Amino acid sequence: MIDWNHFTPLASLAGGVLIGLAASWLVLANGRIAGISGLLGGLVDRAADWRPRAAFIAGLVLAPLLYRVLAGGLPSANVTAAWPQLALAGLLVGVGTRYASGCTSGHGVCGLARLSPRSLVATLSFMAAGFVTVYVLRHVLA
Amino acid sequence: MKTLSALLAGLVFGLGLILSGMANPAKVQGFLDLAGAWDPSLALVMAGAIGAAFLPFRLAGQRKKSWLGEPLHLPGTREITPRLVLGSLLFGIGWGLAGLCPGPALVLLGTLSGPALVFVSAMLAGMELFRLLQHKRA
Repeated sequence: MIDWNHFTPLASLAGGVLIGLAASWLVLANGRIAGISGLLGGLVDRAADWRPRAAFIAGLVLAPLLYRVLAGGLPSANVTAAWPQLALAGLLVGVGTRYASGCTSGHGVCGLARLSPRSLVATLSFMAAGFVTVYVLRHVLA
Repeated sequence: MKTLSALLAGLVFGLGLILSGMANPAKVQGFLDLAGAWDPSLALVMAGAIGAAFLPFRLAGQRKKSWLGEPLHLPGTREITPRLVLGSLLFGIGWGLAGLCPGPALVLLGTLSGPALVFVSAMLAGMELFRLLQHKRA
């Protein structure tokens, strides 16, 4: 059953296009894949090319500030998970994305745009795990 | 110059995450909740992003250097490995538990969100754990 009240087709499509354009810019101008876990992981690994990595990450962190200036406010963001659950989730995301060499951006956007079979397998895997996890959280445990 | 260029890309990427709804964990979980009231919005985020990036990535694949003269770091690995699948499964569990993946978590951190700080700290710890495990193996 589709949740029409929360469905935002235009904003989501437009936001997706911005994400795709930013990833396109980074690969064409900098020669880099816009994979957030890879860019951040490189900083954790003390990679030599830390400047552009840190700059991209800084752009992400500063984006809400710019959004507020441009749009006059920020859309609401609701976190339902309690802190222990958030900490466990963060740990799994950190380890998992590094083992998989990518996350939603690197595999799900850039990899699929490059028609990479590896990225397709990764995306199907994390999507499936996400669906099952939320199913268990909301329909088994709750 | 390449630092400024990367900053610009990060800003636009972040604006896209906010506009699309990806930076709202409740909305992400609404997308992942197939059996409940399903919000399909995030499928459109992926469609828009992949659609916009498809031709530029073709173009990048044909180039030897980037516009700023950098080498093109395009992944050459083609093997489907157990670590690719297992890593992705772990990531997916974490994604479902919090409704956050790395990009949106960093964007939310920029709103000085306490939950984002907890998530990002744990994510960095996870990445450091990976580094230590890799280091031991090498």
